[in-house]
Amino acid sequence: MARIEIDGRFYDVQDNTNVLSTCLSLGMDLPYFCWHPAMGSVGACRQCAVIQYKDAEDTRGRLVMACMTPVMNDMRLSISSEQARRFRSDNIELLMTNHPHDCPVCEEGGECHLQDMTVMTGHTFRRYRGSKRTHNNQNLGPFINHEMNRCIACYRCVRFYNDYAGGHDLQVLGVHNNVYFGRFEDGTLENEFSGNLVEVCPTGVFTDKTFSAHYARKWDLQTAPSICVHCGLGCNTAPGERYGELRRIINRYHGAVNGYFLCDRGRFGYGFVNSSKRILKPRIDNQPIIAIETAESHFRKLLNAAKSTIGIGSPRASLEANFALRELVGEENFFLGLNDTEHTLLNTIIDLMRHGGIHSPSLREIEQADAVLILGEDVTHSAPRLALSIRQALRNASFAMAQTMHIPLWQDAAIRQLRGNVQSPLFIASICATRLDDVATNTYHGSPENVARLGFAIAHCLDDSTPAPFALSTSEQSLASSIASRLKQAKRPLVVSGTSCSCLAVIQAAYNIAKAIPSKDKQLTFTVPECNSVGLTIMGGKRLQQAFERIDNGLTDNVIILENDLYRRASHKAVDLFLETAAHVSVIDSLENKTTEKAQLLLPAATFAESEGTLVNNEGRAQRYFPVYPATEAARGSWQWLTSVMEDPHWQHHDALTSACATTLPGLATLIQSASVTEDAIAGSKIPRQPHRYSGRTAMHANIKVSEPGPAHDLETPFAFSMEGATTHAPPALLPVIWAPGWNSNQAINKFQEEISGHLRDGDTGIRLIEASGELPWFDDIPTAFEPEPGLWRITPLPNIFGSEELSQQSPSIRERQPLVCILLNPMDAETLAVGTGDPIEIREFAGATTLTIHAQIEHTLPRGLVGVTTGLPEFQSLQAWTQITLKKANPELQDLSEVPL
Amino acid sequence: MKMQNKNPRIEGLSPTEIQEINAEMSHYEDKTAVSIEALKIVQKHRGWVSDDCLVAVAGFLDMAPAQLEGIATFYNLIYRRPVGKTVIHYCNSVTCWMMGSEQIREHLCRRLNVALGEMSEDGEYTILPIVCLGACDHAPVAMVGDELKLDLTENAVNEFLGR
Repeated sequence: MARIEIDGRFYDVQDNTNVLSTCLSLGMDLPYFCWHPAMGSVGACRQCAVIQYKDAEDTRGRLVMACMTPVMNDMRLSISSEQARRFRSDNIELLMTNHPHDCPVCEEGGECHLQDMTVMTGHTFRRYRGSKRTHNNQNLGPFINHEMNRCIACYRCVRFYNDYAGGHDLQVLGVHNNVYFGRFEDGTLENEFSGNLVEVCPTGVFTDKTFSAHYARKWDLQTAPSICVHCGLGCNTAPGERYGELRRIINRYHGAVNGYFLCDRGRFGYGFVNSSKRILKPRIDNQPIIAIETAESHFRKLLNAAKSTIGIGSPRASLEANFALRELVGEENFFLGLNDTEHTLLNTIIDLMRHGGIHSPSLREIEQADAVLILGEDVTHSAPRLALSIRQALRNASFAMAQTMHIPLWQDAAIRQLRGNVQSPLFIASICATRLDDVATNTYHGSPENVARLGFAIAHCLDDSTPAPFALSTSEQSLASSIASRLKQAKRPLVVSGTSCSCLAVIQAAYNIAKAIPSKDKQLTFTVPECNSVGLTIMGGKRLQQAFERIDNGLTDNVIILENDLYRRASHKAVDLFLETAAHVSVIDSLENKTTEKAQLLLPAATFAESEGTLVNNEGRAQRYFPVYPATEAARGSWQWLTSVMEDPHWQHHDALTSACATTLPGLATLIQSASVTEDAIAGSKIPRQPHRYSGRTAMHANIKVSEPGPAHDLETPFAFSMEGATTHAPPALLPVIWAPGWNSNQAINKFQEEISGHLRDGDTGIRLIEASGELPWFDDIPTAFEPEPGLWRITPLPNIFGSEELSQQSPSIRERQPLVCILLNPMDAETLAVGTGDPIEIREFAGATTLTIHAQIEHTLPRGLVGVTTGLPEFQSLQAWTQITLKKANPELQDLSEVPL
Repeated sequence: MKMQNKNPRIEGLSPTEIQEINAEMSHYEDKTAVSIEALKIVQKHRGWVSDDCLVAVAGFLDMAPAQLEGIATFYNLIYRRPVGKTVIHYCNSVTCWMMGSEQIREHLCRRLNVALGEMSEDGEYTILPIVCLGACDHAPVAMVGDELKLDLTENAVNEFLGR
């Protein structure tokens, strides 16, 4: 701690940081550009100048850059002295000489850090009359607009893109007053976190291209706190709506989960909400019906007439929706709706999280790790935001080195220049090359069995009482021991594994390793495929396979399927049989898919943007999302459809469901803390979803009716579909829009944190449901090594950030980034088959009838005997993952190939 | 080297260039350390660095083209556009500016009938600005090819241009 004096007042502050960060933590306004709370200081923009006095007698002082000045005890500073103010105002005037002042047509306008800072410094009159430098802009792909003329050269974009996110294709070109931030040539930004440039850029150089297509000002957007539904990490988002359409998603700060950044799937995947595939009207036997009541009474009739009804839940539906279904059909008739392997894997993961005795870390904790082992995952594709956190963790070795050299940790440029580019160790054992290989200390590629075997070997090296795999190659053995020794040395080692390999042994090996690591501060995290995979598994229920048997046995005749495309879960044959044998099939979902086609009764579900619910992320954190706008037409929350046919009116409220969920299911007991959030808020006043400058409210529906309609009522959440109400009493975690006087951009978050980059005041959202306890015995079921059989290959699904996830797949911008529809082959296998990249190849299921012709692509890191396909692409839906296939070179002229050009 | 055959991106480099770049590389642990030298080698042989050459060098050094472009465009002695046989770098720093470098530049441009940065029609000359050449006591100065010209006047310019 240090005692410092700013403008005659004394403050007790942390002494491990810089003056800028301290002033902002104290709630003061000090303008800055190049500094970013997550990226530290470089002192490039000269905007945060303050006066520092030598001692108590000094009256003149000297100008220093606040971001580059460490806080020291007895320091005397002035923000408001005339010289400092004058310097800051002159500096921004210089930065602005080339700026086009095109705010009225700029998409950043209204949430622009440059606007805010300009106003803050008092630079209100433009004296520069010279010509301005202009640039040609580049096409940067489907996500990002480029308008270089607005650039003030703060360098934040390249510091984020290159230094923070590990990209290479966005650079600063040119020199002195003629610099250009762009690519070597036009083309899509390759990095999976490029969307953050929209928020990192303090002005309108990089803006959201998907938002441009249906743009609205920040103050015209209706917003509510939300949770990303596109993977299992549960990043916090702030979706914005206008005219009944979801317009964009931006990051919502969470001190423990996503911090300041999102991945591109999370930011641009929202397009599915506005998709033409949305189901907006109930359908009976594929005939659309208008009235909700008709659909409801039909739903009730089916339930009453049925011999018995089973319900199939979903890992992408909320806890409340799943619980409502479970209540409706009864515990014994509730099935989880996971594929069989996934069911086993998730059950194991939950068991390990609960009883394994190893801490399951948040992303923030992951960034503290000083050695990382990834077993069987390409995290950039299976849990993208986690990859960004792992990249940060690798800097801990250089932080440790900096500390010995007395370099403050926020001195970003200095630390990145440390000799030898020291980095904490990262080991990746995966099926083939991953997007983190560029920073990996060592990598290993093998089939899931071989990855698991390496894992068991590492565990054995750490603790020889664990079982060891037999017949390991010498190179595998030495790799295992070198990994083990680095993990042993680490203070906060992290083991990452997950469900991507569909291999139980990989998960068990990861546990053995984590358990064998001596450090007390070790961490073990698993990626899970969907936004509520963990919540659903904690809730518990029977296997999908058992549901199939129930129908097959004729014990049940009525099926309710909740937000689940069963064709993604089980073989087409099995699902066809199941849906055809069942007398009645009701489906509740938001997008058309193969399962909704087969529904006799189809009920339109609201998406995450139009309904409320709780999701549990891979860490075991239950977080709530709230409707951003009322669902249109007949769509409504799945939980509402399900409770509408229940007798007890008690169930008609969401909070009642949440608390029943907590009291009924022991694994969810702590959820009770979040159940009363609405009541508390309503007792005060509701939080407005619309900012206080929301325009056009009285006229926006005038094309339908001239008189202004009343706002929709929201009885389920603490929010109002209105601009009326107060935000002052709301905890920051519940603020729909981050805004403070003078701070219109997202940087306003400074005003709502306990300290810069710390937790939100009054706490971050979410409740951790699982805390590690106990200990489980060693796993000893070590698989034998994978040996490719001549003439046979195994279908190996490889997740992709763009295309694998069911909902974001329907987003037009994501679809543009989808990988080519092709199969990956080891070069030696390709040689055997006499095919090269781009050649058509015929796939035949060894034990089935499916054939498919598709282009081949050579992947040097893929092991022999495996055939890589992108997980979740509809083109591959007929192929069962991990089944054996035969391959044959196809005649290029005869085959009608998929339309994607190579 | 094995890499040469495997990587189609370096096909644009001549065997001599590759040999010279390799020789530079042997001095450093990190390939990217020779970025500037490699660009200079290519420029020595070709007069300037074309896009294709830049991509080829980046491929050879395992860098993204954008990374190498960042370096190439930072240094004003790396030419990313074709230049005349002789490049005239006139100093535009403060002393030369005070001593009339602007007039010298205008005169040069007029005599060669080119704008700043352009190549004269006969392909002989290109005029570019440069920062202080360290001969302020003889300002205004310019580098003409490898030769430093001191105390420039319009007559002196006419003389070395020979026209």
